[in-house]
Parts: sequence; C-alpha cells; structure tokens
Amino acid sequence: MTTHPSPTRTSSPPGDAVVEITDLRKSFGSVEVLTNITTAISQGEVVCVIGPSGSGKSTLLRCINLLEQPTGGTVLVDGIDVTDPDCDIDRVRSRMGMVFQQFNLFSHLTVLDNCTVAQQVVHRRDKSQAEQVARSNLEKVGLADRADAFPAQLSGGQQQRVAIARALSMEPDLMLFDEPTSALDPELVGDVLAVMRRLASEGMTMIVVTHEMAFAREVADRVIFMDGGVIVEEGHPDRVIGDPQHHRTRTFLKRVLDPTHVDPDADVEPGDDRRAQIKEAELSARGEPRVSSDMRDQRF
Amino acid sequence: MTSPAAAGRVRRLSPRKRAQRVRWVQYAVLVVAVVVLVSVADLPQIQKVFFRGDLIVDTLTQGLGRALFNTVAYALGAFVLGLVLGTILALMRLSSVGPYRWIATVYIEFFRGLPAIIVLLAFGLLPLAFPGLEIPFGIYGTVWSALGIVAAAYMAETIRAGIQAVPKGQVEAARSLGMPAGAATRKIVLPQAFRIVTPPLTNELILVVKDSSLAYIIGLSSTSFDLTKYGRDLANTNANLTPLVIAGLCYLLITLPLTFAVRRMEAKTARAR
Ligand SMILES: Nc1ncnc2c1ncn2[C@@H]1O[C@H](COP(=O)(O)OP(=O)(O)OP(=O)(O)O)[C@@H](O)[C@H]1O
Ligand SMILES: [Mg+2]
Repeated sequence: MTTHPSPTRTSSPPGDAVVEITDLRKSFGSVEVLTNITTAISQGEVVCVIGPSGSGKSTLLRCINLLEQPTGGTVLVDGIDVTDPDCDIDRVRSRMGMVFQQFNLFSHLTVLDNCTVAQQVVHRRDKSQAEQVARSNLEKVGLADRADAFPAQLSGGQQQRVAIARALSMEPDLMLFDEPTSALDPELVGDVLAVMRRLASEGMTMIVVTHEMAFAREVADRVIFMDGGVIVEEGHPDRVIGDPQHHRTRTFLKRVLDPTHVDPDADVEPGDDRRAQIKEAELSARGEPRVSSDMRDQRF
Repeated sequence: MTSPAAAGRVRRLSPRKRAQRVRWVQYAVLVVAVVVLVSVADLPQIQKVFFRGDLIVDTLTQGLGRALFNTVAYALGAFVLGLVLGTILALMRLSSVGPYRWIATVYIEFFRGLPAIIVLLAFGLLPLAFPGLEIPFGIYGTVWSALGIVAAAYMAETIRAGIQAVPKGQVEAARSLGMPAGAATRKIVLPQAFRIVTPPLTNELILVVKDSSLAYIIGLSSTSFDLTKYGRDLANTNANLTPLVIAGLCYLLITLPLTFAVRRMEAKTARAR
C-alpha cells in the first residue's frame, strides 16, 4: 500500500480560510436557531465558541460537517461548498474530526478498532497500516496501553481522549469539539484539555465549543460569543473574555465565571436570565458551587 | 409504637411471622399432593406407557439420529433465511423511500397473520401449481423457504426495534468520520443492534425449532422425517407414548443448550458494557 498524502489544498494556501461561513441560517421547523452567521476560520487558528445554552453553538458546528442541513447560506470547507448537493460530503467529513460531548465511542469495538474502522473504510488502509496510525494517536493522548479495552471499561476522560485519537486517526485538517469536557467529572477535565492544548500547539485548526473560560483565554486565537443564534461579538480572548464590549457578553461571563453572582440588571433581559439559569443548573450538576441554586430559590 | 392502635396490633401476627406460616402451608399442600399422586398412580402402568424399555431401544436405533439431524437442519436453514430476510425487511421498514416501507409493512403483516402451516402447504403445492418449478435442495429447500419466510416477518420487527435502540450518536460519530451511510449501518449500527436483540432472536430460533415439526404436512419420506413425525409414527404403530417422550426430550436437547449459551453471552456483554 502506498501512503495517503492528505488532499492538496489548492484553494486554501497556508493562512487562508479553512472554513468560510457566509450568511448561514438554520431553522428547525419555524424556529430559527442560527441567523445569518458569517465568519471564517483560517489555517492553524484555534477558535473557541462560547455562549448560553440554546444559543446555537452545537448547531453551528453540526452545520459545518453537515450533521445538520443548513437552511440557507454557504459553508466552504477547504474551498468546497458542503451545502452543494453535488459535493462528496463523506470525503469532506473525513478531513474534519468531530468530538462530541457524549464521546459516542463505538461501544461494540475495542479502543483500537474504534480508531481503525473508519480508516479502513474511508481511506482504504489495510489493517496493519490503520493500526499503526491508531496506535501512534493513542500514544499521543496517553492511552496506548488501553488499546484492547472496550469503551465501557474506561473513565469518561479516557473515553473522550480515545474519541480524540479516533478523529485524529483520519488525519484531519480541522477538528470540531462540541463541549468535550462538559460530561466529565471535574477531576477528569484536565487530561482532556491537556490533549487539546497540545493539539493546538502543534498547529491544528480547531473550533471548540466550550464553557472552560480559562482554556479559551489561554489557547484560543479568537473567541466567538453567540447568543440567540447570532454572533454577538468575536475577537481576541483578552478582549471578548477580559473586556467584553457587549452587555449580553458581560452578563453571560459573570454567570459563568462567578455562579454566585446576582446580576442587578437581570430583569432587563429576562430571556438572557432564563438561559443563564439553565447554565447555572448545568454547572451545579457538574459539581460546581451549588450556592447559585439556593439563591435562585430565594429570588423566585 | 406506644400508641393504643399499635399495641392492639401486637396480638396479631407480625408480617414476617405471617409470611412464614403461609410458606408452611404451601409446603404442606405440596407434600399432600405428592403423597396422593404417588398412592393413586399406577407406577408400573405409567412406566409401560411412557418409558417402555424395548421401545426406548427401538426409538433410539431405528433412525432417531436422522430425525434429530433433520429437525436441526430444517430449523437452522429456516432461521438463517429468516434472519437475512428479516434484516433486509427491517432496513426497508426504516428506509427513507416510501414504497420500500410499504412493501415491508405489507409483507410483515401478511405473514404474521397467516398460520405457518398454510404457508408450508402452499410451498409444498407450488411445484404442482407451476409445472417445471423446482425449489432447490428439494424437501429441505421447501421447508426452509416456507418457515424462513414466516420467521422473517417476526424477526423483521425485532431487528427494527434493535436498530432503533442504537443511540443516534453512534451513527453521527461514524458519519462524522466520513463513513458512508451503508458502511455506518453495516459496521456500527447492525452489530450493536444484533447484540441488543440476541435474546428475542433466540426465542425466535426456539420457535422455529418447534415449528419445524409442521414439516410433515408436505408429505415426507422416512429419510426426511423430523423428530415429531418420527416419534408419532412409532407411537402410533406401537400404541405407546414412549417414542414421543424420546422425541420430546430431543427437542429439549436442542433448545436448552441454546438458552444456556445465550444467557452466558448476555452476561458477557453485560460485563463489557
Ligand atoms: N434537532 C432539533 N430539532 C429541534 N430543535 C432543535 C434541534 N436541535 C437543536 N434545536 C434547538 O436549537 C436551539 C439551539 O440548540 P443548540 O444545541 O445548537 O444550542 P447550544 O448552544 O449548543 O446549547 P448547549 O450549550 O445547551 O449545548 C435550541 O433552542 C434547541 O432547542
Ligand atoms: Mg450544545
């Protein structure tokens, strides 16, 4: 077997946009979840997407690899329009890895087979070649010794790292992460973030939906704050997280960074507040300080 | 506990004591029943009707092996055919193409509603109705097709439920890696679905084993006798039930290990989960 060179990117030389989203719209029935999203992610860039629950972050990611069919607009990946019915979506998908909140490891396959099955089908690699690639990626996420385990025998943090290795085994140009640490016990979050940090430092282009503000500040080249299906503000993390310009961003960040905080303007934007409450509930479910829920009881 | 009502209840039995007495009564009834049965029953007569020594030897030696083989062959072939056809039907039921869904639904409802014996008779008569038509593998092919077609209708619904029980995230993960829909179904969804439906499919296999006793209806020659037909013929000629008892035990010989194997398999997958 010959080695498979990654597809040449004629349309996007280094530094150029890997993903170009123009006027993206997505509705579920009559509910518009994404409204005219326009942005671009360039080669090697790490973009963190933050925002309250229900703001459309997952939907945005899922429109990029067409797990959701956009209602309008275009999404170019490596210059290929994924919304074009003629595009070979499987081929485009094989160039972008996706990591899910719930890991979604193939439960009937071992860790190693999880990382080889798609390589064999999509890249037509033979078994030994696929296993070699898989093992080197498992090594990278620190799980080379668990290659023969089944997913159910691993902790959540280990499962998520296998999911990352599985995606990397396709040798993608772009990685999409949808709240990769949100389903993890707090003490397991660090290992996963460490793997992602290393990936970022190696120059991988990444779009990360996350609630880990410290991670976003440290690793992201750019932060996108979404609310109500639109990009409210985007820019360098020091600006968006450190010195947010928009009222909605400030409200959201206060909630996330300090769950005990009571927003004096809460009644001004009840919609915002409602979503923040949901987020609070999520945070307390994850073992964050539970004071907030007590306070909610007092306030309502 | 110190209230008057509670004090009044002390005289009555505690729940545990009550349960104990009920158990004693149950044992007593059982012992009495056994004693009565044994004293009433004519044991030598029972032995002569159900377990006659010379007939046991006859039944074992005259062709039991062949009949046992036939039953297993009929059942296994029908099951495999039913499994393949049932899987195709289940996928058709879940197809996004309307006509496929309708065809599968009509098939399933049709063959679930018919007695298997009618389908068997129909298949037995097909070569008469269509001169020149020959079902491959002779009598075996006829039984396999008829029972397999009926079993497929039942299995299709089971397999469909299994496919739908596979979490949506599994398909999404497979597709996000670039696997085409067909490959995702074959490599990810179906293996997990079959794991989920192994217990109900075993039930189906056991039913097919028993349904194979209907094969006699298409008129078998002695070499193609199944267990029931074999046992029945011997029982009739001897006016004695011993051959049937042996045949019955042979069915258990087939089905019990099956049940046991599946239970072990289930325990193993439960551990892997
Ligand atoms: N398949 C669907 N059908 C109908 N509505 C949906 C569907 N998927 C998402 N939505 C709705 O779209 C909106 C945005 O959902 P999305 O999952 O993108 O939000 P999110 O920002 O990822 O939130 P979270 O932080 O809770 O994950 C929500 O109001 C949600 O209810
Ligand atoms: Mg989400």
